[in-house]
Amino acid sequence: MSTLNSVTTVKQPAVGRSAAGTRIGYGLLYLVLLIAAVAQILPLVWLFLFSLKNNQEVFNLPPFSLPASPKWENYVTVWQQGSIGRYFMNSVSITLISVVLTILLASFVTFAITRMRWKLSAVVLGLFMIGLMIPVHSTLIPLFILFQKLGMTDSHSSIILSYTAFNLPITIMILLGFYYTLPREVEEAAVMDGCSVNRIFFQIILPMTSSVLVTAAIINMIYNWNEFIFVNTFISTDTLKTLTVGVQNFVGQYTTDWGAIGATLMISILPILIMFMVLSNRIVEGIAAGSVKG
Amino acid sequence: MDKVMSNKWVIALYVLPSLLIIMGIIYIPIVLTGYYGLMEWDGVSAMTFIGLENYTTLFNDSAFWSSVSHSFLFAVLSTVSLGVYLLVALVLSGNIKGANLLRKIYLIPMLLSSVAIAQLWLKIYHPTNGILNSALESLGIQDPPAWLAEPSLVLYALFVPILWQFAGFYILIYYAALKNIPTTLIEAARIDGATPWQIAFKIKLPLIAEVFKVTIVLAVVGSLKYFDLIYVMTDGGPNGASEVMASYMYHKAFRGFDFGYGSAIGFFLLIICLVATWIIRRMTASKDNIQYS
Repeated sequence: MSTLNSVTTVKQPAVGRSAAGTRIGYGLLYLVLLIAAVAQILPLVWLFLFSLKNNQEVFNLPPFSLPASPKWENYVTVWQQGSIGRYFMNSVSITLISVVLTILLASFVTFAITRMRWKLSAVVLGLFMIGLMIPVHSTLIPLFILFQKLGMTDSHSSIILSYTAFNLPITIMILLGFYYTLPREVEEAAVMDGCSVNRIFFQIILPMTSSVLVTAAIINMIYNWNEFIFVNTFISTDTLKTLTVGVQNFVGQYTTDWGAIGATLMISILPILIMFMVLSNRIVEGIAAGSVKG
Repeated sequence: MDKVMSNKWVIALYVLPSLLIIMGIIYIPIVLTGYYGLMEWDGVSAMTFIGLENYTTLFNDSAFWSSVSHSFLFAVLSTVSLGVYLLVALVLSGNIKGANLLRKIYLIPMLLSSVAIAQLWLKIYHPTNGILNSALESLGIQDPPAWLAEPSLVLYALFVPILWQFAGFYILIYYAALKNIPTTLIEAARIDGATPWQIAFKIKLPLIAEVFKVTIVLAVVGSLKYFDLIYVMTDGGPNGASEVMASYMYHKAFRGFDFGYGSAIGFFLLIICLVATWIIRRMTASKDNIQYS
């Protein structure tokens, strides 16, 4: 009791000073946070600025200056000269097909594991979860040989299958938590009414999980859109490449034209940036939920 | 109810397609990687069984071990930077104005492809016109280094964009975990006279210890298999100074057409990742998990 008292009495006079100290401390910390935010954004601002310049302006003007007249034609040139439009459509179709396939298959598996009764469910779940730890690179050589034998290299099917396989574990993991929270009474009532399992899944459970499906779809989209090594290894025909890999080759041809490189990179990151502006809360939530895949 | 919900046909229909896909794309290839690692093979002509010869070569291959050491350097640097991310998240979660916006801004680079990030940072590090060296020159520094061409600097220069890419991701995870701590707990501590520092280090950090352990595994394993950015920015150069395990494997298999040796490296990479996960889990396992509801 006496120690408690002495602590409070000793502390009392210090409160004023420590409050001011805390405020200065917080001010400093806040400054650090702001500097970090600027550091995250600044390279992208610089990229945008040099995508609007010609080489002369890049080399002679200060890095963060605006050019006298923005060279929007850089964007037109790279869009017309290369196959960027083609790459873009390839990325869109591969991403969409893989996402739909992954989400549907993962929902089937998660439903069977969490809602249905069978002996091997824990083993099967384990197989999917161990998949989270397997590095993609350790499967690359056999997959290349396998797809070559099946005549699937240089086709989108090899890419879609690979994306689906490697995204199933993380997608199932995101769905699991949500499925466990759904009350059992839902199917009990449905079974009473004579519903088949298929109807329970498609007409009752699947619609109930729509919010978590959106989260999982966003995570899948970001991973697929940005994936590099599979496309770079399996696809050799230029017109079949995705934006990520196509950009890499395309930039190689323009090593000295900064404006063209800047415009190409901006085109490749713009869809993701726009999606982020529209769906940032969902994306933040999704990444927090799917954090196991680094 | 039970009869309907344990219908074997439906279960098979729901589970088998996915199971076949992960078997064919993940598990069978893993076994094949181990198998090819015992062969001498250029990927085209017939394989020759050579037992563990690839592994003995691997063991004496100094270029391989230097790539391993580079991968581990990235793992150590990434793990150390977790401490910084945690501090940022601690400040951010302390009811700061604009915290939500800030964590979103931090996250932006993580959404971009490693290729775009690599191309952008190639420009940033450009020896004469890059933003970094122009800034250094305007500060009066003569002849700033060509960052990616210096063997002694290249690994650290490569780590900066990696940091830039993943900082927001880890901050977001820590922030979410910290926001999950019940406010009643923090209030109780405050009423008992705990200082903000005590609340942060004695209450908040122990409560998110589990999350921290998961992120250590993520950072270490993620670094050990890091590939895209290095492949685009330096391709392992100059002269192998930035070669990492995955890029070494890729070069041996798809440039040197030594699929047997490449597979041995790939298998080794798998083992290292699994062992690293296991060791970190063991080292950080605690008997007294702090729980709260």
